[in-house]
Amino acid sequence: MTIWQTLKIVWGNIIKNRMRSFLTMLGMIIGVASVILLVSLMQGFYTNMLDSYADMGINNVSVTINGRNGNMMLTEADMYQYAKDHSIAIKGVTPTVFFQGTIYKNGEKIENSSMKGVDEYYTQLIKKETETGRTFSYSDMSTQQKVCVIGSYVNQRLFGGNAKNGDTLSLNGEELQIIGILKQSSDSSEWSSDNCLYIPYTTAARLYGFGSVSSYEFFIKDRAQVSSETNKIKEYLFHTFRDTKAYNVSNMVDMLKAIDGEMSILTSMIAGIAGISLVVAGVGIMNIMLVSVSERIKEIGIRKSLGAKHRDIMRQFVLEAGATSTIGGALGIALGTVLTIEGGKLLKINAMPTTSSMVSAFCISVGIGILFGYLPARKAAKLNPIDALRSE
Amino acid sequence: MEKEALIELVDLYKIYSVGDTEIKANNGINMTIYRGEMVAIIGKSGSGKSTIMNIIGALDTPTSGQYLLEGRDVSKLKGDDLAEIRNKTIGFIFQQYNLLPKQSVLDNVALPLLYARIGDRERKKRSMEVLRKVGLENKHKNYPTQLSGGQQQRASIARALAGNPSIILADEPTGALDSKTSKEVIDILHQLHEEGNTIVLITHDRSIAAEAERIIQISDGTIVFDGEAKEYNHDNMADVENSMG
Repeated sequence: MTIWQTLKIVWGNIIKNRMRSFLTMLGMIIGVASVILLVSLMQGFYTNMLDSYADMGINNVSVTINGRNGNMMLTEADMYQYAKDHSIAIKGVTPTVFFQGTIYKNGEKIENSSMKGVDEYYTQLIKKETETGRTFSYSDMSTQQKVCVIGSYVNQRLFGGNAKNGDTLSLNGEELQIIGILKQSSDSSEWSSDNCLYIPYTTAARLYGFGSVSSYEFFIKDRAQVSSETNKIKEYLFHTFRDTKAYNVSNMVDMLKAIDGEMSILTSMIAGIAGISLVVAGVGIMNIMLVSVSERIKEIGIRKSLGAKHRDIMRQFVLEAGATSTIGGALGIALGTVLTIEGGKLLKINAMPTTSSMVSAFCISVGIGILFGYLPARKAAKLNPIDALRSE
Repeated sequence: MEKEALIELVDLYKIYSVGDTEIKANNGINMTIYRGEMVAIIGKSGSGKSTIMNIIGALDTPTSGQYLLEGRDVSKLKGDDLAEIRNKTIGFIFQQYNLLPKQSVLDNVALPLLYARIGDRERKKRSMEVLRKVGLENKHKNYPTQLSGGQQQRASIARALAGNPSIILADEPTGALDSKTSKEVIDILHQLHEEGNTIVLITHDRSIAAEAERIIQISDGTIVFDGEAKEYNHDNMADVENSMG
């Protein structure tokens, strides 16, 4: 008997017991759908996270100099020179002064803005343009001007979107004059890169108690070179300080690699837990197949008396289990896809069912169906034809 | 015309072990059935005739002795080899018809051909031919439950014929039928016999056994009569029938 002929018989049996077949499939449907849903939502969250990290500068290498015995030993000029010497891979470097603060204006305040003291090349390096006004100039740096460039979120919150050049705001009690407003680059929400405020690094160092600049951001042209350039910078610094404690070099790419590793462990764990439901569904299929074999002992006896061989009976029952789980798996993919898309909308993340989760969930469900169909099928195939014929 | 031995049972024993006791279902059976014969094997319940039928039908194998089928010793075969013999050589007709209720008459009749791996078109053609032979060509799309008992038995005869087997093995073929439909079934068997088929009837029914040319009576696992039907002592037969209660 060919596979095709067996499939026709199998299909007939599934259709004739459609209620039972559906209930048997239900386990598979839920199992496959949950694997797809969970894995895809994880991926969606992860992609969202990556996007926000990319906003924060995934091509950057951050260098913090602690110095030795209070001696920084390296100045801005050294860093500019280093960037210039490595201009094949490095787009530029900017001294950075990080500080905390609260921005006040018109009785409103923002406490969690990303605030940095930067140099005149910074906005260009992070590819931001001003909506109105200008960015910093060399003289802003050299004369430590109390000026600032703000992001669109700050503009929206404190000025209702109507900030003009020359308007002032208060930062930690210091009056700063706005010279430029950046174009919206993200969605202008509180957690986006639009919630930012930049001042000249020299000003920041003076106002907020840093005697000299100790942080730098290097901008690498190609993301693929971030790791190798990081190592080169480390070598350079080690050459200067001969002490790894005197500086700290980090980048987002290496950090993301670590996160990526942890994420994939987490995703596999979640997929594994959802996968357990597939095994449970497989046991359900085995149970129903055993019932099905018991009900059809007479049929098996008749088939054997007419010349059905061991493999013919095996094939019929294994294919029935396989077909049940295959249909269940396919329906599960459909359900999982719908749930993922709807769930993504609900959670406001961009979640699409991943091909790998669909393919693997489907293959596992088919495999489990065949695996768990094997035992009942063997039971059927091993029946003695005389006893089987005699049964009612 | 030289008679060709189709079935040869040589010193055949079948012993079942039930716990410690041994039941000798067949106790040294020797018989030869020739191609083209119509033979009735009769015996009361527990006489061992069902065991003989199972062995002849390749559903079972003897404990010792030989079963030569078309000259080939099949007494030591197992599993799939026996299935092959049943498929190619034996056509079963059962008392309870044993049609698959969820398949059409045509699909039922085509089953032996399906297991013989005959292609779709050829299978359908041959199945329709045998259905025509038993007068059921108009019912091929029906399900067995939509047919009368006599029609179901004719369908099962068609199924037995479909694989063009060497032996038609009929186990109480009229046991579940009234006398009128029994006659129809017997007529078909006669017709098949006249066409050259070898027919082995297993029965306890005097009138059915009398339809055969030759009668073999089994009692306590041994042959107590083997000869032409017209020579058969009807007192023996009465004995068989009485014991059937």
